Amino acid sequence: MADIITYLWPLIWILLGVVAIIVPVLLGVAYLTYYERKVMSAMQRRQGPALVGPFGLLQPIADGLKLLGKEWIIPSGANPVVFIFAPFLTFFLSLVAWAVIPFSAKLVLADINVGLLYLYAISSLGVYGLIMSGWASNSRYAFLGGLRSAAQMVSYEVSMGLIMVSVLLCVGSFNLSKIIDAQRTVWFAVPLFPMFITYFISILAETNRHPFDLPEGESEIVAGFFTEYSSMNFACFMLGEYANMIMMSGVACILFLGGWLPPFNFWIFAPYVQMVPGPIWFGIKIAALLFVFIWARATLPRYRYDQLMRLGWKVFLPLTLFWLILTASVLEIFGWLPKTGL
Amino acid sequence: MAFIDRWARALLLGEIACGMASTLRAMFKPKVTINYPHEKGPLSPRFRGEHALRRYPSGEERCIACKLCEAVCPAMAITIEVAPRESDGSRRTTRYDLDMTKCIFCGLCQEACPVDAIVEGPNFEYSTETREELYYNKEKLLANGDRWEARIAANLAEVAPYR
Repeated sequence: MADIITYLWPLIWILLGVVAIIVPVLLGVAYLTYYERKVMSAMQRRQGPALVGPFGLLQPIADGLKLLGKEWIIPSGANPVVFIFAPFLTFFLSLVAWAVIPFSAKLVLADINVGLLYLYAISSLGVYGLIMSGWASNSRYAFLGGLRSAAQMVSYEVSMGLIMVSVLLCVGSFNLSKIIDAQRTVWFAVPLFPMFITYFISILAETNRHPFDLPEGESEIVAGFFTEYSSMNFACFMLGEYANMIMMSGVACILFLGGWLPPFNFWIFAPYVQMVPGPIWFGIKIAALLFVFIWARATLPRYRYDQLMRLGWKVFLPLTLFWLILTASVLEIFGWLPKTGL
Repeated sequence: MAFIDRWARALLLGEIACGMASTLRAMFKPKVTINYPHEKGPLSPRFRGEHALRRYPSGEERCIACKLCEAVCPAMAITIEVAPRESDGSRRTTRYDLDMTKCIFCGLCQEACPVDAIVEGPNFEYSTETREELYYNKEKLLANGDRWEARIAANLAEVAPYR
């Protein structure tokens, strides 16, 4: 009996950790939709949701319940297995990435040494959900949307990878906790500022957000890869997309904004900012990045598809390659290369 | 040089920053929309909304069944039948039907009316779930008149000097 408990105990502990991560993430996703609607309405000088609950705070819950109550439609031409599986895959991948994200010095579910590679791999897999849904729907719009998103995500992952490499050169480790520790003196957003901006634009494209939301460009292809989806399936896609946005902002925080490290950690501010626990700083930084996501959506018109590809391959790729070589050269010439090898 | 200039401008994202600044500024400006079912916007006293048949303060209905509104109605939404009233022999309508699904809210009926009996009131929230509910009869129109009389009278008084 005691043996079983010693075996089960770590398992229960991990399950509790998973729940402790997933529940806030899903709540975050629900309230990200509210946040988006409120910020967008403010920028368009509208009221935004204000009727359900105080300040419309229960609106996301009402929306979710409404979606659950909708009819679950599977088109007759669709491949039902893949069709149903695709949104769950998207949703699953957007949640599974959170396993390696450090919320503070100790709070991390899996502190693995290749954390960044893992994140990169998971975000690359995300494209499968979209392609599968586009293919399985057996609809022209969905198919075009799936192809677009695949091409777009693959293009921007190249520059994202190069940006990650330039961060890695400064850190000398794939471990996300070590990447954050390396930013104790200065956040990488300062020395690598152009890379931070490029990375941010790339994650806009990677999460299919404005101004790069070609895969779901409603003026051309209705709703892209989720044209045929309804009810719970659709909700899964939306949850996956928004969870992905939060996750990508989290990664941007870790790479460039010092993750859970407090800002203004110097001079007289230091004792005050250190009173606030790390996860809260992490949350605030993610919320700030998500604000920029929404801000961009409220401001910018959609790119044309050839412009999108040109930006990815002919601007970002040379720019990030150049900056990678520049970073490497500077680190080598001044002897700043990190000593702690992989 | 023009090439370098163009590229430098593009890479520094000047135009995007400018646009983003303008949306950020808009965020702190007052909102232009109102919380509709709870707050309502102002209406002109000449607003042409739901119709009503008015009464005199004595309770006598104003309509004298002259049929001018029926004649002038461009949408032919009004149907009137006339007979002398049994009690005093005065000329009254036995039927005053108004098809709200035909009405174009031009206001000619209230312009034509010599006794200010048929008027278009300030009410615009009378949507129904069935089409039949929009075929108004005399009772419905008189009930509307009783319900909105205060505001209708105030509006008519306000625009009277300009008629």
